[in-house]
Amino acid sequence: MDSAIEVRELTKVYAEGATAARALDNVDLDVNRGEVLLLMGPSGSGKTTLVSIMGCILRATAGSVKIGGREVAHLPERALPVVRLNNIGFVFQGFNLFPALTAAENVEVALDLKGIRGSAAHKRSRALLEEVGLADKVNSFPGDLSGGQKQRVAIARALAGDPEIILADEPTAALDKTSGRVVMEMLRSLASRRGRAVAIVTHDNRVMEYADRIVHIEDGKVGAVLTRNEAMQFSGAEA
Amino acid sequence: MASIAVRNLLHDKVRLTVTLTGIIFAVVLVAVQTGLFLGFTTTTTNVIDNSRADFWVTSRNVDYIEAGVPFPEKQMYHALAVPGVAEAQKYIVRFGILKKPDGANANCEIVGFDPERPFGGPWNVVEGDVRSLTLPDTVMLDRFYMKKLGVTHLGQTVEIRNIRARVVGFTKGIRTFTTSPLIFTSYKNAQKYSALDSDQTMYLLVKAAPGADLVRLRAGLQAAMDNVDVLPTREFSRRTNFYWMFGTGAGLTVIIAAVLGLIVGIVVVAQTIYAATVDHIREFGTLKAMGATNGYIYRIILNQAIVSAIAGYAVAIVIASAVEYSSRGGGANIVLPASVRVGLFGLTLFMCVSAALVSINKVTKIDPALVFKG
Repeated sequence: MDSAIEVRELTKVYAEGATAARALDNVDLDVNRGEVLLLMGPSGSGKTTLVSIMGCILRATAGSVKIGGREVAHLPERALPVVRLNNIGFVFQGFNLFPALTAAENVEVALDLKGIRGSAAHKRSRALLEEVGLADKVNSFPGDLSGGQKQRVAIARALAGDPEIILADEPTAALDKTSGRVVMEMLRSLASRRGRAVAIVTHDNRVMEYADRIVHIEDGKVGAVLTRNEAMQFSGAEA
Repeated sequence: MASIAVRNLLHDKVRLTVTLTGIIFAVVLVAVQTGLFLGFTTTTTNVIDNSRADFWVTSRNVDYIEAGVPFPEKQMYHALAVPGVAEAQKYIVRFGILKKPDGANANCEIVGFDPERPFGGPWNVVEGDVRSLTLPDTVMLDRFYMKKLGVTHLGQTVEIRNIRARVVGFTKGIRTFTTSPLIFTSYKNAQKYSALDSDQTMYLLVKAAPGADLVRLRAGLQAAMDNVDVLPTREFSRRTNFYWMFGTGAGLTVIIAAVLGLIVGIVVVAQTIYAATVDHIREFGTLKAMGATNGYIYRIILNQAIVSAIAGYAVAIVIASAVEYSSRGGGANIVLPASVRVGLFGLTLFMCVSAALVSINKVTKIDPALVFKG
């Protein structure tokens, strides 16, 4: 498979000495292009820490993280924003839209970071919002949008920089069933049709049907790695 | 980016109101305290500063203008003989007592000068003519003190040291630090009003000839006269100002109040700008996650601070100007010259940007997990 992210022997320890807490312990994991990977596990298991390190937001204590074949775990702090900007799009549970900006302007912020401004940015933001089915909401403020619509704006924003990796943290947690389904279909489509590597942190068993692989994290370690079918069978048997 | 800053500010009207209120409060506080301080310093030395003389000749070691000691007026002729002197005149500044029409007494400061000469006289004359003071028993005073002195109209007669004094003109805006109104009159009248011996003077005012070397002229004047000090106008002004500001407790109190105003202002602005930044901390965390550099975020925060500073200053300076204007008719004298207004704008920017820099420190330490919290 073609790995967009390669994680090897990744360890993250918070604090030092007697208060040290090992959030990740020797984690090995690949996220492939064209794949939707779910990271599941109980709260505090290390999922968010893992996605933060894969997203170059948090530094690892030890181990290797390669983005597009390039080692990033030991890059200096100042080099990380460029890695995030060029390679990664984030989708957050709380949407994290800028409430003072319209949907189009929220997308344009991401374009501004890439140096795309003015009419080119306007055009691109509208195209992206159209792609997520919000052509009629370009001038709406986040406060006027439903949860599902907000998350779709967030996806449009994540796609603005044309990243090869999408990291999503509980993207359906704040959404109703229908909106959650729409958002997951979009993320699935980004992997299948556009070859993006999509890693999703979730507690929501309903989204398993959209995944290629499901990775269980527990106590900072990778547990079972299941295919969609295996996971759904397992989930059904448990139920 | 500038748009994010402005939109962030405008989005939350309550937060914006709180931020601007903090800045406005701080700037008005600093402006009023500074204005009071300047008002005090101006009123202590306004007679000197508006004398248009180059030198003041005083008796030895005079600390401030009200503390002059008489010396022989013949010294003026020695002064006039010094090369480089264009004009010299005898001058009196001395406390007196004015009897009001209702019979009550009021302290005043008699200022005696030569009305025929273009220096040493009153300024901001709004009614009457300075040359009228060549007539016997005539005086000019400031409109601000009319009520205090019981004067209601031009031509009214009062008494100073039981000698009649007819009001022939009014000035506007000439206040005194001692609260004793200035009574401008001719040198001859002033001698009578202040009971000064006819061969004595309190000061000599000297004007240099155009192009004269003032350092050499001062030395020449000093050498030509005994038992006097020859002080450049600026130096005598500074000396008088220093006495009132630091030799007495009054000025120090104002300075302390001004400094406290500044400190309180900085704290208020720092707190409000800091709170405004922290309110948006999650958005800044999101920007960081999206790949924004710290510099990009700093610029947003600084833009917010600068826009807040400009908006806050604009409102504050209007309020401070209103306070300054209203002080003209009240007890306190607040002075806000253009240089102070410009300085206040710089100070406002400094306060807001400094506060923003403090909050930037907070942004650099954003917990990355913050953006992942629902």
